[in-house]
Amino acid sequence: MSEYFKPLPKPTPTSRPFWEAAKRHELTIQRCGACQKFVYYPRDRCPHCFADKLAWQRVSGRGKLHSYTVVRRASIRSFGDAPYILGIVELDEGPRMTTNIVAAPEKVRVEMPVEVYFDDVTPEHTLVKFKPA
Amino acid sequence: MSLKGKAAAIGIGELKPVKEPGNLTPLGLMGRVAAEAIADAGLEKKDIDGFLVGVPFADPGMIYPASAAEVLGLNVRMLNQVDIGGASPAGMIWRAAAAIDAGMCNAVLCLVADLNARGDQKPPVISVQREFEAPYGNVGANCGYAMIAHRHMYEYGTTARQMAKVAVDQRANALKNPLATFNDKALTIDDVLNSRMIVDPLHLYEIVSPVTGGAAIIVASPDVAKRSKNTPVWLIGAGEYANHSTITYAPSLTESPVKPAAEAAFKMAGLQPKDMHLVCPYDCYTITVIVTLEDAGFCKKGQGGPFVAEHDLTYAGDFPCNTHGGQLSFGQPGLAGGMSHVTEGIRQLMGRGGERQVKNASLAYVNGNGGIMSEQASLILERRS
Repeated sequence: MSEYFKPLPKPTPTSRPFWEAAKRHELTIQRCGACQKFVYYPRDRCPHCFADKLAWQRVSGRGKLHSYTVVRRASIRSFGDAPYILGIVELDEGPRMTTNIVAAPEKVRVEMPVEVYFDDVTPEHTLVKFKPA
Repeated sequence: MSLKGKAAAIGIGELKPVKEPGNLTPLGLMGRVAAEAIADAGLEKKDIDGFLVGVPFADPGMIYPASAAEVLGLNVRMLNQVDIGGASPAGMIWRAAAAIDAGMCNAVLCLVADLNARGDQKPPVISVQREFEAPYGNVGANCGYAMIAHRHMYEYGTTARQMAKVAVDQRANALKNPLATFNDKALTIDDVLNSRMIVDPLHLYEIVSPVTGGAAIIVASPDVAKRSKNTPVWLIGAGEYANHSTITYAPSLTESPVKPAAEAAFKMAGLQPKDMHLVCPYDCYTITVIVTLEDAGFCKKGQGGPFVAEHDLTYAGDFPCNTHGGQLSFGQPGLAGGMSHVTEGIRQLMGRGGERQVKNASLAYVNGNGGIMSEQASLILERRS
């Protein structure tokens, strides 16, 4: 296996459950016990109602591609293997996520349905990506 | 509470950007443009009693304002670092006016300068961006604006040709600006569309070019302004707004915080977009101009594409826009990106636009934009007859 040079997430006490779930190939995000809204990325306090009642919940992993770009030339060296597709996925549960779309660029359209794809980029790290549903 | 007419810009200093930093340092550039601005205002260094400064990407450090004040030999009653990204220069103008209105000082030096920083010299982003953006390659500003552009095209049918028109008209303005980095060759829409695709749907000529540069502005109290040898340019409206950093988490990709910032500025001024004689919207990308003109109220939401296609955005046209060439042709000197819009608004209203002077211009709208359409600072400037 070739070495992985791109930036990797360094989980914090707040975010660790998200990345541990990803390693199990499960998408879990936080939901507020007070206002019931879903929250992504992980926080310590609900950004909607400021309550201290966030709990982890497994979600469908389905959503729509809100927007995307094909990065032909990246601004940092570790993404020198461009092109790659960077996207914003809007989950069925509401929150939007920065992610990569695993597809041929010509097949990608704004608002297309997508589903989660877990990319085990190193033995320790799994990134949450999406592919056409 | 209003800042309308409480302070005026009376002096500017601006470096012609250069591509390579050579032997230049951010502090060296700051000294040069500060000296130019103070002399331009007809003041002396001892008259400066307030200091707002941006921290250059190329020389980051803690407690920067005092260090920079020491290097420049300033004695000031108010000093601060302004860090709202590319909106910092516009944000400095109303902060200076607020300090003057509060009686804290009489002449504020607003200062930014930076070197052309390479990708790996850029400052680190905060931990959540390192954790949830960088692993997917959402790095730098290109990606976010490209996703804004795609969403705008999807929602409103905005076309590549409409976006390219912004770069073409601004280049026409730059041809008359001796300070602009790119002022030797006109562009056509086809030139823009035939330039290399960098981040779909944005081409090379739709993306700012990093340069080394800097600028300074003196904002003064009415008493000091009255004695200035220059025509004072009054701040008569200001507004600021932010609600996100990464565009992924913005309430909307296509409707930005420019809207509340501009609304506040026009309300303070008691004026409307149609009253403006020229506009200087931040233009890190062509799409930025289109979204800003919509959200500031110069056209309806979604009509920015047809609007820029149907109007002549040059200094001689029916809608003078970024008459200095915009950052797309002027260049973006690191943190100092965004200062050229403010200096151009002031320069035009002072009647110092040279070959690109907009006739009878006495009111200008200027907008500063930080991050990915995040921090927004809008100004309304006026020359009183």
